[in-house]
Amino acid sequence: MKTEMLIIAILVMATVTYLPRVLPLALFKRKIQNPFVRSFLLYMPYGILAAMIFPAVFFSTNGIISAICGAVISLILAWNRRGLLTVAIGGTLAVLVAEWVLMLVK
Amino acid sequence: MSYNKKLTFSAGLKDGIPIALGYLSVAFAFGMSAVSKGFPLWSPIIISLSNFTGTGQFVGVDLMAAGAGLLEIAFTLLIINLRYLLMSLSLSQRLEPNMSLLKRLAIAFGNTDEIFAVSMQQHDLLNHKYMFGLILSSYLGWVSGTVVGACASNLLPAMICSALGIAVYSMFIAIIVPPARKYWSVLQIVAIAIVLSCVFYWIPPFNKLSSGWAIIICGVISSAYGAYRFPLKSDNLEEGVQNEN
Repeated sequence: MKTEMLIIAILVMATVTYLPRVLPLALFKRKIQNPFVRSFLLYMPYGILAAMIFPAVFFSTNGIISAICGAVISLILAWNRRGLLTVAIGGTLAVLVAEWVLMLVK
Repeated sequence: MSYNKKLTFSAGLKDGIPIALGYLSVAFAFGMSAVSKGFPLWSPIIISLSNFTGTGQFVGVDLMAAGAGLLEIAFTLLIINLRYLLMSLSLSQRLEPNMSLLKRLAIAFGNTDEIFAVSMQQHDLLNHKYMFGLILSSYLGWVSGTVVGACASNLLPAMICSALGIAVYSMFIAIIVPPARKYWSVLQIVAIAIVLSCVFYWIPPFNKLSSGWAIIICGVISSAYGAYRFPLKSDNLEEGVQNEN
């Protein structure tokens, strides 16, 4: 790929990423009054995040076993209302330990 | 955890740390894979600086490497990024109403999945200082991860890189579990979204659909159900409890 083409392609990528992010924020300044739409928008993050986590989390590491360990530890920590950083570090450490143990077993 | 705290610039910076941590590894992988596909060193760095998105960048580089045309790249990424329409719409209702257009334009650039998720956790209206702090630390993590990944592909041991892959998901789990535990409405929404998402992942013909569309459909169906069954009158979830049976 030529350098000019590459730069144009990167600009296209940046544009189609920025447009959906910017349009609602630039256009919707007023509060939406419709209770259904407002409730919909308040609930939306949970629906989207849940769909993004499962089942993708199980394929986020080198192997499904370590990913399950990480997910379970994260769920337990989150259930006990630990902060974001704690849960993120806990999940990462759990994967690290699981992969290390799996390596020793093999 | 973060309820009713002061939304200052430094609070934003601090809340961005777990995001930056997760981004480091993902961006590292992105920089590495782009260079290994034969792209010049500077290109993944420019992409991370100008795009600031995960999935879209990976797919965009894959398409370019496969020799796709500009129109194909634009259309595919637009579908992947359509979820941002919903997220920005949701975020627009939570920003301070008198915030200037310029600040909104800047915040829009930083409205990634993770930044959106963390900012929606706050109970107060969001001001630009908090948002800028949150975006800045996340952006630094994203860009520096890309630089390191592009420059030295074997700097980070593979095992640590693999383990960090889960960090972003752990953070999402930390965001949805406490409200799902507390509110029957959120628990139902989360359960519906997970079941739908698994259907779109494994069961044909639904698994033919791109993940961008799948996430949008899961999000729309589950939260429309929630809005229908548990309508809220104010801007917090407490009220939903009264409507539960």
